[in-house]
Amino acid sequence: MMKRIKRKVVVIGGGPAGLAAAISAKKAGCDDVLLIERARILGGILNQCIHDGFGLHRFKEALSGPEYAQRFIDEFRSLDIDVMTETIVLTMDRRRVLQVSSKAGLLEIQAGAVVLAMGCRERTAGAISLPGTRPAGVYTAGFAQNVMNLENMMVGKRAVVLGSGDIGLIMARRLTLEGAKVLAVFEILPYSSGLPRNIQQCLNDYDIPLFLSTTVIKIHGEHRIDGVTVAQVDDRMQPIQGTERYLDCDTLLLSVGLIPENELSQEAGVRLNPLTNGAFVDDTLMTSVPGVFACGNVLHVHDLVDHVSAEADSAGKNAADYVQKGKNDPKIRIPVTPGEGIRYTLPQTISGKRDVTLSFRVEEPARNRRVMVCDGDRVVKRKKVIRLHPAEMVQIPLKKDILKDVRSLKVYVE
Amino acid sequence: MKTKELICIVCPNGCQLEVIYQEEPGIKVISVSNNLCDKGEAWAASELESPMRHIASSILVERGSFKLVSVRTDQPIPLPAIHEVMEAIKKKRVQAPIVMNQVLIRNPAGVPTNIIATRSVDVLI
Repeated sequence: MMKRIKRKVVVIGGGPAGLAAAISAKKAGCDDVLLIERARILGGILNQCIHDGFGLHRFKEALSGPEYAQRFIDEFRSLDIDVMTETIVLTMDRRRVLQVSSKAGLLEIQAGAVVLAMGCRERTAGAISLPGTRPAGVYTAGFAQNVMNLENMMVGKRAVVLGSGDIGLIMARRLTLEGAKVLAVFEILPYSSGLPRNIQQCLNDYDIPLFLSTTVIKIHGEHRIDGVTVAQVDDRMQPIQGTERYLDCDTLLLSVGLIPENELSQEAGVRLNPLTNGAFVDDTLMTSVPGVFACGNVLHVHDLVDHVSAEADSAGKNAADYVQKGKNDPKIRIPVTPGEGIRYTLPQTISGKRDVTLSFRVEEPARNRRVMVCDGDRVVKRKKVIRLHPAEMVQIPLKKDILKDVRSLKVYVE
Repeated sequence: MKTKELICIVCPNGCQLEVIYQEEPGIKVISVSNNLCDKGEAWAASELESPMRHIASSILVERGSFKLVSVRTDQPIPLPAIHEVMEAIKKKRVQAPIVMNQVLIRNPAGVPTNIIATRSVDVLI
């Protein structure tokens, strides 16, 4: 018979979100916190992100991924929080019953509260319907990062990068430092989707060209990729005839976006927002399933790990409060929706009874704009922003006293 | 007087600085604009005179619980020195155990920086 246990707060995922959530739940006074991690070590994707630049907000220094993770792992250990590594959650239901598989066998856990912190996976060649053959040598940028930085395997000698997401830019530099030739980075959009500082220090520093409004229209090669055809695209993202050119390469790295890993959440009946591919949450980061909270990249794709940690602090504390102080169901659900120029907003509902930080992303790059948070015609908050970019998450903190009598909130770029 | 656009790399804001400077007799910054903080000003001056960078890589570990130990520079190095510092890192082999922050190479290729471990690696049991 399967072993059955009860735990108060169960955190699924031991990356930056899960670590911060578990620490915060424990610090909020919950004496029974369990973290479940699929890999053999904690830290998640940070383990392979050996470049620096993490922690500038949180710790006021530029740390590498492993160093940033270690700060949390040290605190996690010092708080004596239970952890199961090399363990996966197979299923979860609406009553927060988890079926868990570990080396010790199967286990059923009844959780008082659950924090979803499973992160993302990468979009693949299939996910973006990349035309051409499917030879070896086509990798997602994060996979290449994993095998180069953790397994000591080199992925190729002449590489093309498709997509200007940060991982793609970081890997263009990494491959160059390891002696490969990176021919170019191609981005289908008219602007880069990576941070400007990474354009400078990963591409400009190494004379790697970035071509905007350009994409790979064909992969060539039988067993191993031997080239790609690229072309410029028009404003409907269709290839422009006559702009095609062929590049001879043995590697194609894809940095074309991330997909929150929500299969488990969906199984439990968690409602997902098609704009974020993550859960709908209220201002306690609780999903549509009572007692199930979400944070980090499984909730929405973040640009900076510092923001992930801050969000997870909040989710962990709220999960602890949920099991200790009973349901904090606000009953009042004030909708927060994206208006003109905004791709999505999070949380999607607020209670108006607590301070909340609105996170959102804009649809297009812009300079010197005002972001407005309005209740109908009434302006609740305005923020001047010098530079807006779809690659960067924007946050606006709102104090509860300005949320009195608010009936709905809309965020838009003026 | 000359004008140059620089992307500041100090923090994720990545300000697109407009720098006005003179080249003679020596490089001297006259004004920096579009920066959100003071750090941008200091950075622009150093970037024009001699661009400095941190680099991160990894070193092969013998008998470790990880095949590689991730490393970085503890002081920024001149941009043109990156290649020779990387060569020194590639040649290096270390033995487990390694503790985070341990200095693995002192002054690689004579450059005034240390290459330090950014993770601990235990001995493989």
